Amino acid sequence: MKRKDTIHDHLFKQIGSSLLLILLFLAAGQVINADWTEVVENRKQAAFFLEGFLQPEWSYIDRLLEPMIETISMSISGTFLGVITAVPAAFLGTNLVTRNPVITFIFRTFFSLIRTIPNLLLAALFVAIIGIGELTGVLTIAVFTFGMVSQLIFASIETIDIGPLEADNSIGATRFQIAVNAVWPQVAHSVYAYALYSFEVNIRASAVLGYVGAGGIGVMLNTALSFMQFGRVSLIILIILFLVFLTSLISEYIRREVI
Amino acid sequence: MPIKKFINYGLLGLLIITLVYSFINLDYSNLINLQFNNLWHIFTGLLQPDLSYVYDGTGEDLVHLMFQTVVIAFYGTFIGSVLSIPFILLSAKSTWGRFQIFPLAMRGLLNLMRSVPALIYAILFVRVVGPGPFAGALALGVQLVGMLGKLVSEELDCVDETPIEAIHAVGASNVQVFQYSRLPQVLPIAASHILNHFEINVRSATTLGLVGAGGIGAPIIFALQQRNWPRVSVILLAIILVVVVIDFVSSRIRQKLL
Repeated sequence: MKRKDTIHDHLFKQIGSSLLLILLFLAAGQVINADWTEVVENRKQAAFFLEGFLQPEWSYIDRLLEPMIETISMSISGTFLGVITAVPAAFLGTNLVTRNPVITFIFRTFFSLIRTIPNLLLAALFVAIIGIGELTGVLTIAVFTFGMVSQLIFASIETIDIGPLEADNSIGATRFQIAVNAVWPQVAHSVYAYALYSFEVNIRASAVLGYVGAGGIGVMLNTALSFMQFGRVSLIILIILFLVFLTSLISEYIRREVI
Repeated sequence: MPIKKFINYGLLGLLIITLVYSFINLDYSNLINLQFNNLWHIFTGLLQPDLSYVYDGTGEDLVHLMFQTVVIAFYGTFIGSVLSIPFILLSAKSTWGRFQIFPLAMRGLLNLMRSVPALIYAILFVRVVGPGPFAGALALGVQLVGMLGKLVSEELDCVDETPIEAIHAVGASNVQVFQYSRLPQVLPIAASHILNHFEINVRSATTLGLVGAGGIGAPIIFALQQRNWPRVSVILLAIILVVVVIDFVSSRIRQKLL
């Protein structure tokens, strides 16, 4: 930490930027019709919501078991499909493997385009294309995982040791052989770790995917919300939290013992 | 170690069984919708974006609604950042000294706040302040409190301790230590987290319209329900463009900050 990092030296700059931000905030409030008195006046609504939330309807749990298993199997198959397709695509997105900047550029643009679409929108898009159902959820999860994992994989390919690549190259290996024998063993462990990580993210996301009709426990969430059964909503959220906790325990075990 | 190998093969077998079971368990009934004619129709529709929707001066056009979406994200990020300040201070271990039970409890509360999806907060605030962009901004703000509370309080606990000791040594009070050494070290990191969450919030704000919380979400859902592919295409293009531009600008600012 240097002296120039302290507050004094930037006082005017900081006051100026704070004022600018506050002005922008007030202007933004005008644009979206912010009316804070409404928040205070209608706090009863929020209290009603919270009250239901604090009393989970435990008896509802036996009807949630089936959608829970459905959610888990959707996440497993979606993550699997996403990772399986992301691996070769990420290999094609690095200069080390393709040695062709044009292909690399095309693949990277594709990756970043996929990642800009929020997963709920992706789900809504797939619902419109192939209709309501579990397969829609699996496809959404697969595409979403593809975007997330391909990014992570090509970032880790960039950091590998290029010694083995040069060795393979010097004895005349083809690019495919280099990818399989020199690159893959170096990134395999991170790929498994990313797969586990994205599985966790997908379980979390499954709550909202069902909201647009992509199957799983989110469908129950949608029903409970539209009938304002907040006890059920809170139970569903608790179950998703429990699933996330469970997957993080399992993936921690796998990371420690196996990978 | 043969036993460990045995366990690993067992786990691999279990993984394959669950994988196969998951695929068998799926309901493939809506695969029949995946017909070539259907897909071709969608594809050609998506290739002809409905440019007349971009701007028509009614205030319900693409430019106006995308602007509203970004404003929702900005407003939400701003109130989230301001509201998170007390939460950050209360959940940082370094502000509590001997009473470590308080930050632990606060962190539990923040974990709960984070685990509720933004969509649920949006539904709550649509009931409180009525449908509209303000509800969306409040929802994003409340979710951001949970995020920033965790991230920034952790940063506050792992700052460089040498300047803190130095200022203590010249006889500063605890408040002065915080003001002159902890705070300046954390501010740029906090600003970087806030910018990152502004990007994330722009993405979330595009979907909040699903529950009536303003922004571009409602028109895209209507367009999807009407199978109005040219319109879906133009909205998607706008979202991608805005997200890419904002990501680019904010990553530039973040590089400067750190």
